[in-house]
Amino acid sequence: MHRLKRTTLLWRAYIGCLETLLLLLAGASALHAQEGFKTETSSGVSNIRIAVADFKPASADPQTAAFKHTFDTTLFADLSNAGIFDIVSKSLLPQAIPGAPAEIKIQQWADAPTSAAMVAFGNFGVQGSKIICNGFLFDAKNLQYPQVLAKQYNEDASDDSARQVAHRFADEIIFRLSGGSQGIAESKIYYVKLTGANKEIWQMDYDGANQHPLTHLGTVSISPRISPDNSRLAFSSLGHDGFQIRMFSLVLNRMVNFASAGGTNLSPAWSPNGKDIAYSSSRSGDPEIWISDASGNSPRRITNFRGPDVSPVFNPRTGSQLAWISGRTNLPQLYVMDIDGSNVQRMTDGGYATSPSWSSNGQFLTFAWDRKYGPGAPGGQDIYVMEIATKRWIQLTHDGGRCDFPSWSPDGRHIVYANSPDGKATHMKIMTMLADGTQKHELTGVGADMPNWSWK
Amino acid sequence: MNAMHAGIRKTLVIAATLISIGAVTGCHKKASGIDPNALGPAPALPAAAPTATITADPLAIDLGQSVILNWRTQNATSVTIDGIGDVNTNGTQTVAPSTSTNFHLTAKGDGGTTEASVRVTVRVPVAPTAPPPADNDMGTDAAFHENVQDVFFDYDSYDLRPDATAAASKAAAYLTAHPAIRVVIGGYCDDRGSAEYNLALGENRANAARTALVSAGVQASRLRVISYGKEKQFCTEDNESCWQQNRRAQFSLDR
Repeated sequence: MHRLKRTTLLWRAYIGCLETLLLLLAGASALHAQEGFKTETSSGVSNIRIAVADFKPASADPQTAAFKHTFDTTLFADLSNAGIFDIVSKSLLPQAIPGAPAEIKIQQWADAPTSAAMVAFGNFGVQGSKIICNGFLFDAKNLQYPQVLAKQYNEDASDDSARQVAHRFADEIIFRLSGGSQGIAESKIYYVKLTGANKEIWQMDYDGANQHPLTHLGTVSISPRISPDNSRLAFSSLGHDGFQIRMFSLVLNRMVNFASAGGTNLSPAWSPNGKDIAYSSSRSGDPEIWISDASGNSPRRITNFRGPDVSPVFNPRTGSQLAWISGRTNLPQLYVMDIDGSNVQRMTDGGYATSPSWSSNGQFLTFAWDRKYGPGAPGGQDIYVMEIATKRWIQLTHDGGRCDFPSWSPDGRHIVYANSPDGKATHMKIMTMLADGTQKHELTGVGADMPNWSWK
Repeated sequence: MNAMHAGIRKTLVIAATLISIGAVTGCHKKASGIDPNALGPAPALPAAAPTATITADPLAIDLGQSVILNWRTQNATSVTIDGIGDVNTNGTQTVAPSTSTNFHLTAKGDGGTTEASVRVTVRVPVAPTAPPPADNDMGTDAAFHENVQDVFFDYDSYDLRPDATAAASKAAAYLTAHPAIRVVIGGYCDDRGSAEYNLALGENRANAARTALVSAGVQASRLRVISYGKEKQFCTEDNESCWQQNRRAQFSLDR
């Protein structure tokens, strides 16, 4: 019944209230045995078994049924996606639907076959033009004081609002039960959408809903990177002088200025304080890593070595290190350095490594790697996670076709990436998975590439 | 005083009487007037003055081209156009003036003479007395591509191969002989590998070609570099010959 939890490595950073002891045990055992470091626990930690009841309709408004369906589906999916729960199948839930604390017989939910440790329930209605929703989280093992959480939501009545309310309630539950890490149900994913011969920047919710375009530039725009405060989107776009860094304001809903420079300018990355951008620029004749402010001013060169230097990413925890890709020894490899260019460390020992993303706790890099790159070589380009301190790595995708552009979720428990089963660039689609490689599923159809997960 | 007042009054009365008589007779005359049109042609009426218009299409031509003159007159018995002579009262004629010309039409009739004119501007090439400001002739694309051929690269490499070095020398010679030519060098990669890295690699490839031309004496200011990475492909098949097609530095005229 208890599945082994495979996400332990990602838990070690969290100081929790419910499971602190178990987490610490799991953390201590995480780095033993197996290739690289271990992501399974042998301590028998189980995911929390949670029952998610359909909410009770609280009004006779004809819109209620449709919006409530959206809400119930989204809440269930959010908690399933979170990766920390063992969700009770809806067929095992008690018949009576509780809508309020007075209506729930908590013992029924604690008993077999439901056997829930936690129960999420509530009521949902539409009154006038408003959604009124009350959500509760009860601890089924604490019959005397079962209430863990009670939340009320009051939003404009729309399908999108119903989805957002579900995301917010899911994030509250995850925050309480995950040991204090923020949920990601309200986060966004920015990505490249193929539109004929052009590529535009699009945005969607973390679960693939609400896909819509941001740019309409009619050219090839790539490498979207959202600022830490979600206000601006940096990317690179093909113009008369080749690729240049461009900036889109999500507040103003239009392009804003970024000082242009000579040569090709590529792959912007935000510093965690939102003040600086690191990117690849060939203004000196060779692609090097440069850092400027968020308007492109005060540029300074960080690397100085013949060959391509590209795809920088800041350590989001400290802001004092960069990981990037360099071709200084021929095939591209993953490197880490301080932001003044010192302490250069090579992280990969061969193959073809690209597209790093740095986890929010600063401990891990995920990147795309073809370990046996070359004509006729076996294997393919897959997603890997590396623990920076030890340079030990695990492979997260296997035999699924070409994978690229992994990007960490804000909580460090998920990775979104692009995948093309037959390797064709036009067949790329965006997938998500837990950071241990489980629960892979599609977020988009084909023609979507280069996902970038928001910082919060 | 009184006598003077009487005099003024008398004058006013006479004046008023005359005005009223005049007004009455005027009215009467109008009401019973004869309409000359109702009486048929009046042989003694003075002849109407001629009217005349002349147009040219087009109004401006290059030297050697022709223009169509078109004229219309009324009430004219003889029409002449300066430089052409007597013509019909209405007509068209194609002319090819060698300099800008004022076509002046004179229409004479019983009612008098009317004139009309139109100016045709002839654009004459500036005589090649002054030296040309610059030689802007880049030549044809065909001649360019015959002499300045794209160079190809090994996989994940941006070093010029021996065949590329030879091609670059030939290209440099052609560019030196044709100083007006400006060149865009596009850097391309095959579609394996990752988009961002390939854009940087394409930049290195285009720059390698640029460096070869500059070393051979071509001014750097005539060369512009753009990396397309794997964003633009020459072919999309999944084999080595196609990948080789895509690993290149492409030369184009920078018009």
